[in-house]
Amino acid sequence: MLDWLFASPAERRLLAASSKSAPTPWVIAIMSFSIMMIAAAGLALANTAGVLSRAIEVRYALEVPGGAANLGDLLQIVRSSPGVTTAQAVPESDMRKMLERWLGPAAQSKELPVPALINFDVQPGANVGTIEHRVQLTAPTARIVAHRETVAPLLQSLTLLQVVALGLVLLLSAAAAAAVVLAARGALDTHRFTIDVMHGIGATDLQVTRLFQRKIAIDAFIGSITGGLAAALVLLALAGGAAFAGEITGGATLGVGDLIVLSLLPFALTGLATWVARVAVLRALREAL
Amino acid sequence: MAAVAEFDSVGLRYGTGAEVLRDLDFRLRTGSFYFLTGPSGAGKTSLLKLLYLAQRPTRGRIKLFGEELSEAPREALPPFRRRIGVVFQDFRLVRHLSAFDNVALPLRVAGAREEDVEGPVREMLAWVGLADRASARPPTLSGGEQQRVAIARAVINRPELLVADEPTGNVDAEMANRLMGLFTALNRLGTTVVVATHDVGLINATPGAKLIRLEGGTLVDPTGTLRNPPRPPRRQVP
Repeated sequence: MLDWLFASPAERRLLAASSKSAPTPWVIAIMSFSIMMIAAAGLALANTAGVLSRAIEVRYALEVPGGAANLGDLLQIVRSSPGVTTAQAVPESDMRKMLERWLGPAAQSKELPVPALINFDVQPGANVGTIEHRVQLTAPTARIVAHRETVAPLLQSLTLLQVVALGLVLLLSAAAAAAVVLAARGALDTHRFTIDVMHGIGATDLQVTRLFQRKIAIDAFIGSITGGLAAALVLLALAGGAAFAGEITGGATLGVGDLIVLSLLPFALTGLATWVARVAVLRALREAL
Repeated sequence: MAAVAEFDSVGLRYGTGAEVLRDLDFRLRTGSFYFLTGPSGAGKTSLLKLLYLAQRPTRGRIKLFGEELSEAPREALPPFRRRIGVVFQDFRLVRHLSAFDNVALPLRVAGAREEDVEGPVREMLAWVGLADRASARPPTLSGGEQQRVAIARAVINRPELLVADEPTGNVDAEMANRLMGLFTALNRLGTTVVVATHDVGLINATPGAKLIRLEGGTLVDPTGTLRNPPRPPRRQVP
């Protein structure tokens, strides 16, 4: 199946070194580098979104507009409700400090009604409606808001970015394939005479194709690996920053599975380039007798 | 006797131009030796292209080795091309390959193992007097040397049909005789030989050879010298 890869020295001599194929490994290297970086960013985003999503899945906020004089009682009600694992009141001073970002010193005014806030986590499947009902017996204006609703726009943005990353990876792969098609056509033009002679003495299209396929496969492999190694170095350099970002987002980094996917990308790109070259050369050869 | 090639009402035109070959009806007998003659522009090279499957006829039918090939799919042609040796007027040697590799090309294309290539190629190069130029590339060879390499390449795998377009145009008289001797020897072994040439001396020096004369794209026998002149509607060149 891969015998075309192991050409004899005589077969290798059939295609003389040509400067026209020289840019191909570099183009593939740039594509490989870009694909690796974008794929890494996409995977990191996916992990971040996953961590964030899992963290807020069970988190809720109890809001009492206008504040609550009996915050301690409400906290007790929440804590004693079935399914609640942890609950913590946000001190009014923290709320005012946060409002200062938008309101300035006016945030410290006692005339400003500051809502009371209790953050709590529940066990999966807990009935949040029951908790809200119990709280409203004491504070009728209280309402419970799921964190996932608050953070939904952010999660949607992260999902969109992942789709964009996947799209870019596909676009770059298509661009790499197009570059390979151009390289294959250039190589065919360069070696048109040799091909005509080979056809004339009875060479089949597959015999001719395997020469070009092998040459482009080697170019693509060199380019993919070079680009992949460069991307790996950059990713390693960014690892410190990524770890810092990971702490912020709850520890999202690239996992072992992600690294395996990334390390396979250069080989996938080589495979794509080789297949595209084969199809392009075979199609071009069919135009001749 | 069986025919290696049969042309039936064959015509050929390039693009939308006028027909360069018209109403060709003839058979080439297996094991015979033919000279193809005619003035420049008569269509000799075009006829040879049809013979070595570099061109399809625009009308009519061509049978080679008993198979109808005028409309055969292109995938079917390589095995037939391997049975044909061709000496091109412009040699068509691959410039970046050595003389050895050029001569070895038909064997390698046919799938010969490398250990089965070395001996025959060395022997053939020695026969055409180029044993010491095996590693030379065509640009460093003289016209005559290139022609000999081209001939060696054409006959290396003992083709059933040998087609040569002015094969002695660039060699001296002695080498021309040697090359014709090689063609004749191959012919005796059963190879059908078709040589396009203007060289009357060459024709006279090859007893038993038959003539095919082309003028204006059709077969003619204006001198009445053909042993079996073409006769419409099916002209037969023995």
